[in-house]
Amino acid sequence: MEDKTRIAQISCGTEYSGVQAKLNEVADRSGIKLIYPEVELEDVADAVSEFGYLAKSPGLNLMIARAKSVVEDPSVTDGIFLLTCFKCAEGSIVKNEVRKYLQQKTDLPVVTYSTVDQVKEGGLMIRFEALKTLVTRKTLLMRTRQEGITMGVDSGSSTTKCVIMKENEIVGTGWVPTTDVIQSARKVMDLALKEAGMKEENIEAVAVTGYGRHTIGDEIKADLVQEELTVNSKGAAYLADRQRGEATVLDIGGMDNKALTLNNAIPDDFTMGGVCAGASGRFLEITARRLGVDISELGKLALQGESRSIQMDSYCSIFGIQSLVSALGEGSSKEDVAAAACRSVAEQVHEQQLQEIDLREPIIEVGGTALIEGLKAAFEEILGFDIIVPPYPQFAGAVGGALIVSAFVK
Amino acid sequence: MKVLIYPPNSLILADLVERRGHEAIVLMKEVAKKVRDPELDSPPMNITEEDLKRSLKYLSVEEPSGVRGRVGLMIPLLDDAEAAIIVEDPDPSFGCMACDVANDYIEYMIRSKGIPTLIVPYPYTEDAAKVMVQNVTDFLRSLRS
Repeated sequence: MEDKTRIAQISCGTEYSGVQAKLNEVADRSGIKLIYPEVELEDVADAVSEFGYLAKSPGLNLMIARAKSVVEDPSVTDGIFLLTCFKCAEGSIVKNEVRKYLQQKTDLPVVTYSTVDQVKEGGLMIRFEALKTLVTRKTLLMRTRQEGITMGVDSGSSTTKCVIMKENEIVGTGWVPTTDVIQSARKVMDLALKEAGMKEENIEAVAVTGYGRHTIGDEIKADLVQEELTVNSKGAAYLADRQRGEATVLDIGGMDNKALTLNNAIPDDFTMGGVCAGASGRFLEITARRLGVDISELGKLALQGESRSIQMDSYCSIFGIQSLVSALGEGSSKEDVAAAACRSVAEQVHEQQLQEIDLREPIIEVGGTALIEGLKAAFEEILGFDIIVPPYPQFAGAVGGALIVSAFVK
Repeated sequence: MKVLIYPPNSLILADLVERRGHEAIVLMKEVAKKVRDPELDSPPMNITEEDLKRSLKYLSVEEPSGVRGRVGLMIPLLDDAEAAIIVEDPDPSFGCMACDVANDYIEYMIRSKGIPTLIVPYPYTEDAAKVMVQNVTDFLRSLRS
Protein backbone atom coordinates (compact mmCIF):
# COMPACT_ATOMS: atom_id res chain seq x y z
CA MET A 1 0.00 0.00 0.00
CA GLU A 2 1.19 3.46 -0.86
CA ASP A 3 0.65 5.05 2.59
CA LYS A 4 2.91 2.60 4.41
CA THR A 5 5.95 3.95 6.24
CA ARG A 6 9.12 3.09 4.34
CA ILE A 7 11.81 1.63 6.58
CA ALA A 8 15.23 0.69 5.22
CA GLN A 9 16.37 -2.70 6.45
CA ILE A 10 20.14 -2.63 6.83
CA SER A 11 21.16 -6.07 8.00
CA CYS A 12 23.42 -9.08 7.76
CA GLY A 13 22.36 -12.69 8.01
CA THR A 14 18.58 -12.38 8.12
CA GLU A 15 17.98 -14.64 5.12
CA TYR A 16 20.27 -17.36 6.47
CA SER A 17 18.79 -17.04 9.98
CA GLY A 18 15.40 -17.89 8.52
CA VAL A 19 13.84 -14.75 9.99
CA GLN A 20 13.28 -12.62 6.89
CA ALA A 21 9.76 -13.91 6.26
CA LYS A 22 8.79 -13.09 9.86
CA LEU A 23 10.32 -9.61 9.54
CA ASN A 24 8.29 -8.94 6.39
CA GLU A 25 5.08 -10.27 7.95
CA VAL A 26 5.36 -8.24 11.19
CA ALA A 27 6.43 -5.12 9.31
CA ASP A 28 3.43 -5.44 7.02
CA ARG A 29 1.06 -5.74 9.99
CA SER A 30 2.67 -2.65 11.55
CA GLY A 31 2.03 -0.57 8.46
CA ILE A 32 5.66 -0.66 7.40
CA LYS A 33 7.19 -1.47 4.03
CA LEU A 34 10.73 -2.75 4.34
CA ILE A 35 13.04 -1.49 1.62
CA TYR A 36 16.66 -2.30 0.84
CA PRO A 37 18.87 0.66 -0.12
CA GLU A 38 20.41 0.01 -3.52
CA VAL A 39 24.14 -0.51 -3.75
CA GLU A 40 26.36 -1.41 -6.68
CA LEU A 41 28.77 -4.20 -5.76
CA GLU A 42 31.70 -2.25 -7.15
CA ASP A 43 30.89 0.60 -4.74
CA VAL A 44 31.20 -1.57 -1.63
CA ALA A 45 35.01 -1.32 -1.38
CA ASP A 46 34.93 2.50 -1.61
CA ALA A 47 32.15 2.74 0.96
CA VAL A 48 34.02 0.53 3.41
CA SER A 49 37.25 2.43 2.86
CA GLU A 50 35.53 5.73 3.56
CA PHE A 51 33.73 4.31 6.60
CA GLY A 52 37.06 3.12 7.99
CA TYR A 53 36.16 -0.40 9.10
CA LEU A 54 36.86 -3.35 6.81
CA ALA A 55 34.91 -6.33 8.09
CA LYS A 56 36.00 -9.86 7.33
CA SER A 57 32.41 -10.72 6.43
CA PRO A 58 31.32 -9.38 3.04
CA GLY A 59 27.72 -9.26 4.31
CA LEU A 60 28.74 -6.70 6.91
CA ASN A 61 30.64 -4.67 4.33
CA LEU A 62 27.46 -4.62 2.23
CA MET A 63 25.66 -3.30 5.33
CA ILE A 64 28.17 -0.46 5.58
CA ALA A 65 27.69 0.34 1.88
CA ARG A 66 23.90 0.35 2.29
CA ALA A 67 24.24 2.72 5.24
CA LYS A 68 26.40 5.03 3.14
CA SER A 69 23.84 4.90 0.36
CA VAL A 70 21.16 6.11 2.80
CA VAL A 71 23.45 8.87 4.06
CA GLU A 72 23.95 10.06 0.48
CA ASP A 73 20.20 10.10 -0.20
CA PRO A 74 18.14 9.98 3.02
CA SER A 75 14.96 10.68 1.07
CA VAL A 76 14.75 7.01 0.03
CA THR A 77 13.46 6.06 3.48
CA ASP A 78 11.60 7.30 6.56
CA GLY A 79 13.61 5.33 9.08
CA ILE A 80 16.15 2.55 9.52
CA PHE A 81 15.92 -0.91 11.01
CA LEU A 82 19.43 -2.11 11.73
CA LEU A 83 20.06 -5.73 12.63
CA THR A 84 22.69 -8.44 12.81
CA CYS A 85 22.78 -11.93 14.28
CA PHE A 86 22.79 -12.12 18.08
CA LYS A 87 26.28 -12.80 19.49
CA CYS A 88 28.11 -12.19 16.19
CA ALA A 89 31.23 -10.46 17.48
CA GLU A 90 32.04 -8.65 14.26
CA GLY A 91 28.37 -8.01 13.49
CA SER A 92 27.79 -6.37 16.84
CA ILE A 93 30.72 -4.00 16.30
CA VAL A 94 29.62 -3.07 12.79
CA LYS A 95 25.99 -2.61 13.84
CA ASN A 96 27.01 -0.29 16.65
CA GLU A 97 29.37 1.79 14.52
CA VAL A 98 26.88 1.96 11.62
CA ARG A 99 24.21 3.13 14.05
CA LYS A 100 26.45 5.97 15.27
CA TYR A 101 27.36 6.84 11.67
CA LEU A 102 23.70 7.02 10.59
CA GLN A 103 22.71 9.06 13.64
CA GLN A 104 25.55 11.52 13.08
CA LYS A 105 24.94 11.93 9.36
CA THR A 106 21.14 11.82 9.10
CA ASP A 107 18.04 12.79 11.10
CA LEU A 108 16.40 9.44 10.40
CA PRO A 109 15.19 7.38 13.37
CA VAL A 110 17.21 4.20 13.81
CA VAL A 111 16.09 1.13 15.72
CA THR A 112 18.41 -1.83 16.21
CA TYR A 113 17.81 -5.50 16.83
CA SER A 114 19.78 -8.72 17.24
CA THR A 115 18.24 -11.71 15.50
CA VAL A 116 17.96 -15.25 16.75
CA ASP A 117 16.43 -18.08 14.75
CA GLN A 118 13.19 -17.98 16.77
CA VAL A 119 12.48 -14.26 16.82
CA LYS A 120 9.98 -13.07 19.40
CA GLU A 121 7.12 -11.42 17.57
CA GLY A 122 6.43 -9.05 20.47
CA GLY A 123 9.97 -7.72 20.40
CA LEU A 124 9.79 -7.11 16.67
CA MET A 125 6.32 -5.60 16.78
CA ILE A 126 7.17 -3.05 19.45
CA ARG A 127 10.25 -1.97 17.50
CA PHE A 128 8.26 -1.49 14.31
CA GLU A 129 5.53 0.37 16.25
CA ALA A 130 8.15 2.63 17.80
CA LEU A 131 9.70 3.29 14.37
CA LYS A 132 6.27 4.13 13.02
CA THR A 133 5.68 6.52 15.94
CA LEU A 134 9.10 8.11 15.52
CA VAL A 135 8.34 8.76 11.84
CA THR A 136 4.72 9.85 12.06
CA ARG A 137 5.03 11.88 15.28
CA LYS A 138 8.50 13.23 14.76
CA THR A 139 7.60 16.86 15.33
CA LEU A 140 5.93 15.97 18.63
CA LEU A 141 8.96 14.07 19.85
CA MET A 142 11.35 16.87 18.95
CA ARG A 143 9.77 19.10 21.61
CA THR A 144 12.28 19.87 24.38
CA ARG A 145 10.35 22.48 26.38
CA GLN A 146 6.88 22.27 27.89
CA GLU A 147 4.52 25.14 27.19
CA GLY A 148 1.08 26.11 28.50
CA ILE A 149 -0.64 23.98 31.16
CA THR A 150 -0.59 20.26 30.39
CA MET A 151 -1.18 17.00 32.19
CA GLY A 152 0.50 13.60 31.79
CA VAL A 153 -1.11 10.45 33.19
CA ASP A 154 0.93 7.23 33.42
CA SER A 155 -1.15 4.14 34.14
CA GLY A 156 1.51 1.65 35.25
CA SER A 157 1.16 -1.97 36.26
CA SER A 158 1.75 -1.21 39.95
CA THR A 159 1.15 2.51 40.32
CA THR A 160 -0.69 5.27 38.52
CA LYS A 161 1.01 8.65 38.28
CA CYS A 162 -0.07 12.11 37.17
CA VAL A 163 1.90 15.29 36.59
CA ILE A 164 0.71 18.79 35.80
CA MET A 165 3.23 21.10 34.15
CA LYS A 166 3.01 24.83 33.61
CA GLU A 167 5.50 26.67 31.42
CA ASN A 168 8.23 24.03 31.78
CA GLU A 169 7.77 23.55 35.55
CA ILE A 170 6.15 20.68 37.44
CA VAL A 171 3.40 22.25 39.54
CA GLY A 172 1.41 19.21 40.66
CA THR A 173 1.87 15.46 41.11
CA GLY A 174 -0.28 12.53 42.10
CA TRP A 175 0.66 8.94 42.81
CA VAL A 176 -1.45 5.96 43.93
CA PRO A 177 -1.18 2.16 43.69
CA THR A 178 -3.09 0.96 40.62
CA THR A 179 -6.39 -0.75 41.44
CA ASP A 180 -9.25 0.04 39.09
CA VAL A 181 -7.60 1.67 36.09
CA ILE A 182 -10.04 4.55 35.64
CA GLN A 183 -10.61 5.21 39.34
CA SER A 184 -6.87 5.24 39.97
CA ALA A 185 -6.40 7.72 37.13
CA ARG A 186 -9.18 9.96 38.50
CA LYS A 187 -7.55 9.87 41.95
CA VAL A 188 -4.09 10.90 40.73
CA MET A 189 -5.56 13.62 38.55
CA ASP A 190 -7.43 15.03 41.58
CA LEU A 191 -4.27 14.88 43.71
CA ALA A 192 -2.21 16.68 41.07
CA LEU A 193 -4.90 19.31 40.47
CA LYS A 194 -5.15 19.94 44.21
CA GLU A 195 -1.39 20.35 44.56
CA ALA A 196 -1.29 22.67 41.56
CA GLY A 197 -4.26 24.65 42.85
CA MET A 198 -6.06 24.18 39.54
CA LYS A 199 -9.30 22.83 38.14
CA GLU A 200 -9.66 20.36 35.28
CA GLU A 201 -10.80 23.10 32.91
CA ASN A 202 -7.45 24.88 33.41
CA ILE A 203 -5.67 21.98 31.70
CA GLU A 204 -5.04 22.73 28.04
CA ALA A 205 -3.96 19.27 26.86
CA VAL A 206 -3.68 15.78 28.34
CA ALA A 207 -1.49 12.81 27.39
CA VAL A 208 -1.97 9.26 28.64
CA THR A 209 0.59 6.47 28.64
CA GLY A 210 1.16 3.08 30.28
CA TYR A 211 -0.79 -0.17 30.30
CA GLY A 212 -4.20 1.43 30.79
CA ARG A 213 -3.66 4.24 28.31
CA HIS A 214 -6.38 3.31 25.85
CA THR A 215 -9.07 2.83 28.52
CA ILE A 216 -8.18 6.08 30.30
CA GLY A 217 -7.64 7.92 27.02
CA ASP A 218 -11.20 7.10 25.93
CA GLU A 219 -12.65 7.96 29.35
CA ILE A 220 -11.06 11.39 29.73
CA LYS A 221 -10.86 12.18 26.00
CA ALA A 222 -7.10 12.60 26.08
CA ASP A 223 -5.41 14.61 23.33
CA LEU A 224 -2.61 12.06 23.04
CA VAL A 225 -2.45 8.34 23.80
CA GLN A 226 1.15 7.22 23.47
CA GLU A 227 3.06 3.98 24.16
CA GLU A 228 5.45 4.24 27.07
CA LEU A 229 8.81 3.73 25.33
CA THR A 230 8.95 7.07 23.57
CA VAL A 231 7.19 8.91 26.41
CA ASN A 232 9.47 7.51 29.13
CA SER A 233 12.53 8.32 27.01
CA LYS A 234 11.47 11.93 26.60
CA GLY A 235 10.55 12.24 30.28
CA ALA A 236 13.81 10.72 31.56
CA ALA A 237 15.99 12.81 29.24
CA TYR A 238 14.04 15.96 30.15
CA LEU A 239 14.24 15.38 33.91
CA ALA A 240 17.96 14.55 33.73
CA ASP A 241 18.61 17.53 31.42
CA ARG A 242 20.16 15.22 28.82
CA GLN A 243 18.03 15.96 25.77
CA ARG A 244 21.00 16.10 23.40
CA GLY A 245 23.45 13.30 22.75
CA GLU A 246 23.37 9.68 23.83
CA ALA A 247 22.05 8.11 27.01
CA THR A 248 20.63 4.92 28.46
CA VAL A 249 17.44 4.89 30.49
CA LEU A 250 16.88 2.19 33.08
CA ASP A 251 13.29 2.02 34.20
CA ILE A 252 12.83 -0.67 36.84
CA GLY A 253 9.13 -0.72 37.47
CA GLY A 254 6.92 -2.55 39.89
CA MET A 255 6.36 -5.51 37.64
CA ASP A 256 8.41 -5.06 34.51
CA ASN A 257 11.57 -3.33 33.42
CA LYS A 258 12.69 -1.31 30.47
CA ALA A 259 16.17 -0.45 29.31
CA LEU A 260 16.28 2.06 26.48
CA THR A 261 19.16 3.56 24.57
CA LEU A 262 18.60 7.11 23.38
CA ASN A 263 19.99 9.49 20.82
CA ASN A 264 18.81 13.07 21.36
CA ALA A 265 16.10 11.76 23.72
CA ILE A 266 14.65 9.49 21.00
CA PRO A 267 14.84 5.74 21.71
CA ASP A 268 16.70 3.61 19.17
CA ASP A 269 16.86 0.31 20.99
CA PHE A 270 15.20 -1.14 23.99
CA THR A 271 14.56 -4.28 25.93
CA MET A 272 11.40 -4.81 27.88
CA GLY A 273 9.98 -7.34 30.25
CA GLY A 274 12.07 -9.53 32.43
CA VAL A 275 12.14 -13.22 33.06
CA CYS A 276 10.89 -13.10 36.61
CA ALA A 277 9.47 -10.75 39.23
CA GLY A 278 12.79 -11.27 41.02
CA ALA A 279 14.18 -8.53 38.78
CA SER A 280 11.52 -5.99 39.59
CA GLY A 281 10.45 -3.55 42.24
CA ARG A 282 8.02 -6.16 43.55
CA PHE A 283 10.92 -8.29 44.82
CA LEU A 284 12.25 -5.29 46.77
CA GLU A 285 8.78 -4.63 48.18
CA ILE A 286 8.54 -8.22 49.44
CA THR A 287 12.05 -7.94 50.92
CA ALA A 288 11.15 -4.71 52.72
CA ARG A 289 8.00 -6.31 54.14
CA ARG A 290 9.95 -9.34 55.36
CA LEU A 291 12.51 -7.06 57.02
CA GLY A 292 9.72 -5.09 58.67
CA VAL A 293 10.76 -1.78 57.11
CA ASP A 294 8.98 0.58 54.76
CA ILE A 295 10.07 0.30 51.11
CA SER A 296 11.31 3.90 51.34
CA GLU A 297 13.80 2.80 54.03
CA LEU A 298 15.15 -0.23 52.15
CA GLY A 299 17.61 1.73 50.01
CA LYS A 300 19.27 3.51 52.93
CA LEU A 301 19.47 0.22 54.82
CA ALA A 302 21.13 -1.43 51.81
CA LEU A 303 23.83 1.24 51.64
CA GLN A 304 24.98 0.20 55.12
CA GLY A 305 25.15 -3.51 54.25
CA GLU A 306 27.56 -5.83 52.47
CA SER A 307 25.72 -7.56 49.63
CA ARG A 308 28.37 -10.20 49.00
CA SER A 309 28.13 -11.61 52.50
CA ILE A 310 24.92 -13.39 51.49
CA GLN A 311 24.84 -16.15 48.91
CA MET A 312 21.84 -15.82 46.60
CA ASP A 313 21.13 -19.25 45.09
CA SER A 314 18.52 -18.08 42.64
CA TYR A 315 17.20 -14.97 41.00
CA CYS A 316 13.66 -16.32 41.18
CA SER A 317 11.54 -14.11 43.44
CA ILE A 318 10.34 -17.07 45.53
CA PHE A 319 13.72 -18.80 45.91
CA GLY A 320 15.43 -15.42 46.24
CA ILE A 321 13.28 -14.56 49.23
CA GLN A 322 14.02 -18.02 50.66
CA SER A 323 17.75 -17.25 50.43
CA LEU A 324 17.22 -13.97 52.25
CA VAL A 325 15.05 -15.59 54.93
CA SER A 326 17.70 -18.29 55.44
CA ALA A 327 20.35 -15.60 55.76
CA LEU A 328 18.31 -13.81 58.42
CA GLY A 329 17.89 -17.14 60.24
CA GLU A 330 21.64 -17.63 60.19
CA GLY A 331 22.16 -14.27 61.84
CA SER A 332 22.79 -11.96 58.88
CA SER A 333 21.96 -8.31 59.51
CA LYS A 334 19.01 -6.52 57.97
CA GLU A 335 21.46 -4.22 56.24
CA ASP A 336 23.25 -7.13 54.52
CA VAL A 337 19.94 -8.67 53.44
CA ALA A 338 18.73 -5.36 51.99
CA ALA A 339 22.02 -4.92 50.11
CA ALA A 340 21.86 -8.50 48.78
CA ALA A 341 18.29 -7.95 47.54
CA CYS A 342 19.30 -4.77 45.68
CA ARG A 343 22.33 -6.49 44.21
CA SER A 344 20.21 -9.44 43.12
CA VAL A 345 17.82 -7.21 41.17
CA ALA A 346 20.66 -5.26 39.59
CA GLU A 347 22.51 -8.45 38.62
CA GLN A 348 19.48 -10.00 37.04
CA VAL A 349 18.65 -6.87 35.05
CA HIS A 350 22.28 -6.71 33.93
CA GLU A 351 22.63 -10.35 32.97
CA GLN A 352 19.24 -10.96 31.44
CA GLN A 353 18.13 -7.64 30.01
CA LEU A 354 21.11 -5.40 29.38
CA GLN A 355 22.68 -8.16 27.29
CA GLU A 356 20.49 -7.03 24.43
CA ILE A 357 21.47 -3.37 24.21
CA ASP A 358 24.68 -1.39 24.02
CA LEU A 359 25.03 0.75 27.11
CA ARG A 360 25.67 4.42 26.57
CA GLU A 361 26.62 7.04 29.10
CA PRO A 362 25.05 8.71 30.93
CA ILE A 363 22.75 6.12 32.47
CA ILE A 364 19.53 7.66 33.76
CA GLU A 365 17.57 5.61 36.28
CA VAL A 366 13.85 6.29 36.53
CA GLY A 367 10.77 4.52 37.85
CA GLY A 368 9.75 4.18 41.48
CA THR A 369 12.72 1.95 42.26
CA ALA A 370 15.13 4.76 41.36
CA LEU A 371 14.31 6.18 44.80
CA ILE A 372 15.88 3.10 46.40
CA GLU A 373 19.47 4.29 46.91
CA GLY A 374 20.84 0.78 47.39
CA LEU A 375 19.66 -0.26 43.92
CA LYS A 376 21.43 2.70 42.29
CA ALA A 377 24.60 1.81 44.20
CA ALA A 378 24.32 -1.85 43.11
CA PHE A 379 23.94 -0.84 39.45
CA GLU A 380 26.93 1.50 39.69
CA GLU A 381 29.07 -1.26 41.16
CA ILE A 382 28.04 -3.86 38.58
CA LEU A 383 28.15 -1.62 35.51
CA GLY A 384 31.09 0.59 36.46
CA PHE A 385 29.16 3.70 35.34
CA ASP A 386 27.88 6.64 37.36
CA ILE A 387 24.11 6.66 37.31
CA ILE A 388 21.95 9.78 37.28
CA VAL A 389 18.72 9.69 39.27
CA PRO A 390 16.87 12.83 38.20
CA PRO A 391 14.26 14.64 40.31
CA TYR A 392 10.77 13.08 40.12
CA PRO A 393 12.14 9.77 38.73
CA GLN A 394 8.87 7.95 39.46
CA PHE A 395 7.00 10.44 37.25
CA ALA A 396 9.20 10.13 34.12
CA GLY A 397 6.40 8.71 31.93
CA ALA A 398 3.85 11.30 33.08
CA VAL A 399 6.37 14.13 32.60
CA GLY A 400 7.22 12.87 29.10
CA GLY A 401 3.51 12.86 28.26
CA ALA A 402 2.96 16.38 29.63
CA LEU A 403 5.99 17.60 27.69
CA ILE A 404 5.02 16.09 24.35
CA VAL A 405 1.34 16.96 24.53
CA SER A 406 2.14 20.64 24.97
CA ALA A 407 2.42 20.61 21.16
CA PHE A 408 -1.40 20.45 21.25
CA VAL A 409 -1.69 23.67 23.28
CA LYS A 410 -3.16 26.35 21.09
CA MET B 1 55.60 11.99 21.74
CA LYS B 2 53.68 9.06 23.08
CA VAL B 3 53.46 6.61 20.19
CA LEU B 4 51.04 3.69 20.39
CA ILE B 5 52.26 0.65 18.52
CA TYR B 6 50.06 -2.08 17.09
CA PRO B 7 50.45 -4.98 17.69
CA PRO B 8 50.80 -3.44 21.14
CA ASN B 9 53.33 -6.00 22.36
CA SER B 10 55.80 -5.82 19.47
CA LEU B 11 59.31 -5.51 20.92
CA ILE B 12 60.72 -4.58 17.51
CA LEU B 13 58.27 -1.69 17.04
CA ALA B 14 58.77 -0.53 20.64
CA ASP B 15 62.51 -0.50 20.13
CA LEU B 16 62.23 1.51 16.90
CA VAL B 17 60.07 4.11 18.64
CA GLU B 18 62.36 4.44 21.67
CA ARG B 19 65.45 4.74 19.46
CA ARG B 20 63.92 7.81 17.76
CA GLY B 21 63.43 9.57 21.09
CA HIS B 22 59.71 8.92 21.54
CA GLU B 23 57.87 7.00 24.23
CA ALA B 24 56.40 3.71 23.07
CA ILE B 25 52.98 2.91 24.47
CA VAL B 26 52.99 -0.83 24.86
CA LEU B 27 50.71 -3.45 26.33
CA MET B 28 53.42 -4.92 28.54
CA LYS B 29 53.42 -1.81 30.73
CA GLU B 30 49.66 -2.04 31.24
CA VAL B 31 49.79 -5.73 32.12
CA ALA B 32 52.81 -5.13 34.35
CA LYS B 33 50.73 -2.77 36.50
CA LYS B 34 48.38 -5.64 37.24
CA VAL B 35 51.18 -8.12 37.89
CA ARG B 36 52.82 -5.78 40.39
CA ASP B 37 49.62 -4.51 42.02
CA PRO B 38 49.65 -5.90 45.57
CA GLU B 39 45.90 -5.34 45.90
CA LEU B 40 45.01 -7.87 43.22
CA ASP B 41 44.14 -11.16 44.86
CA SER B 42 46.07 -13.55 42.67
CA PRO B 43 48.66 -11.97 40.43
CA PRO B 44 49.91 -12.38 37.84
CA MET B 45 46.78 -11.75 35.82
CA ASN B 46 46.18 -9.98 32.52
CA ILE B 47 42.70 -8.74 33.00
CA THR B 48 40.44 -7.54 35.79
CA GLU B 49 36.71 -7.00 36.07
CA GLU B 50 37.34 -3.27 35.68
CA ASP B 51 38.83 -3.80 32.21
CA LEU B 52 35.70 -5.65 31.12
CA LYS B 53 33.46 -2.89 32.50
CA ARG B 54 35.54 -0.19 30.82
CA SER B 55 35.00 -1.75 27.41
CA LEU B 56 31.22 -1.53 27.85
CA LYS B 57 31.55 2.14 26.95
CA TYR B 58 32.55 1.06 23.45
CA LEU B 59 31.15 -2.41 22.88
CA SER B 60 27.80 -4.07 23.34
CA VAL B 61 27.38 -6.56 26.16
CA GLU B 62 26.61 -9.19 23.53
CA GLU B 63 30.24 -8.95 22.37
CA PRO B 64 32.25 -12.01 23.46
CA SER B 65 34.10 -11.43 26.73
CA GLY B 66 37.52 -12.04 25.18
CA VAL B 67 36.98 -9.20 22.71
CA ARG B 68 35.71 -6.93 25.49
CA GLY B 69 38.65 -7.82 27.72
CA ARG B 70 41.22 -7.03 25.05
CA VAL B 71 39.55 -3.77 24.09
CA GLY B 72 39.16 -2.83 27.77
CA LEU B 73 42.86 -3.39 28.32
CA MET B 74 43.73 -1.20 25.33
CA ILE B 75 41.51 1.79 26.19
CA PRO B 76 43.98 3.46 28.64
CA LEU B 77 46.71 3.05 26.01
CA LEU B 78 44.52 4.63 23.35
CA ASP B 79 43.64 7.52 25.69
CA ASP B 80 47.36 8.25 26.15
CA ALA B 81 48.37 7.95 22.50
CA GLU B 82 49.47 11.06 20.59
CA ALA B 83 50.49 9.11 17.48
CA ALA B 84 50.27 5.52 16.33
CA ILE B 85 51.98 2.95 14.16
CA ILE B 86 49.93 0.00 12.93
CA VAL B 87 51.55 -3.01 11.29
CA GLU B 88 48.85 -4.84 9.40
CA ASP B 89 48.47 -8.64 9.35
CA PRO B 90 51.66 -9.35 11.28
CA ASP B 91 53.20 -12.74 11.87
CA PRO B 92 52.30 -13.83 15.43
CA SER B 93 56.00 -13.82 16.36
CA PHE B 94 56.14 -10.08 15.62
CA GLY B 95 53.44 -9.26 18.19
CA CYS B 96 49.95 -10.57 18.62
CA MET B 97 46.56 -9.97 20.28
CA ALA B 98 45.35 -13.42 19.18
CA CYS B 99 41.86 -12.20 18.30
CA ASP B 100 41.00 -11.00 14.83
CA VAL B 101 37.80 -9.23 15.89
CA ALA B 102 39.56 -7.33 18.68
CA ASN B 103 42.40 -6.45 16.28
CA ASP B 104 40.04 -5.01 13.69
CA TYR B 105 38.12 -2.97 16.24
CA ILE B 106 41.18 -1.59 18.01
CA GLU B 107 42.72 -0.60 14.68
CA TYR B 108 39.44 1.12 13.80
CA MET B 109 39.51 2.95 17.16
CA ILE B 110 43.07 4.12 16.50
CA ARG B 111 42.19 5.38 13.02
CA SER B 112 39.04 7.10 14.34
CA LYS B 113 41.02 8.94 17.02
CA GLY B 114 42.42 11.33 14.42
CA ILE B 115 46.03 11.26 15.65
CA PRO B 116 48.98 10.98 13.20
CA THR B 117 48.95 7.31 12.24
CA LEU B 118 51.23 5.25 10.04
CA ILE B 119 49.78 2.04 8.64
CA VAL B 120 52.30 -0.35 7.09
CA PRO B 121 51.95 -3.94 5.88
CA TYR B 122 53.91 -6.63 7.67
CA PRO B 123 57.08 -7.37 5.65
CA TYR B 124 57.60 -10.98 4.63
CA THR B 125 60.95 -10.43 2.87
CA GLU B 126 64.17 -8.75 3.93
CA ASP B 127 63.79 -5.98 1.33
CA ALA B 128 60.23 -5.30 2.46
CA ALA B 129 61.50 -5.18 6.06
CA LYS B 130 64.02 -2.50 5.14
CA VAL B 131 61.28 -0.45 3.48
CA MET B 132 59.06 -0.83 6.55
CA VAL B 133 61.83 0.26 8.93
CA GLN B 134 62.55 3.26 6.70
CA ASN B 135 58.86 4.24 6.61
CA VAL B 136 58.61 3.92 10.39
CA THR B 137 61.78 5.96 10.86
CA ASP B 138 60.55 8.72 8.52
CA PHE B 139 57.20 8.82 10.33
CA LEU B 140 58.85 9.05 13.75
CA ARG B 141 61.14 11.83 12.54
CA SER B 142 58.12 13.77 11.26
CA LEU B 143 56.59 13.78 14.74
CA ARG B 144 57.69 16.57 17.02
CA SER B 145 59.48 15.29 20.12
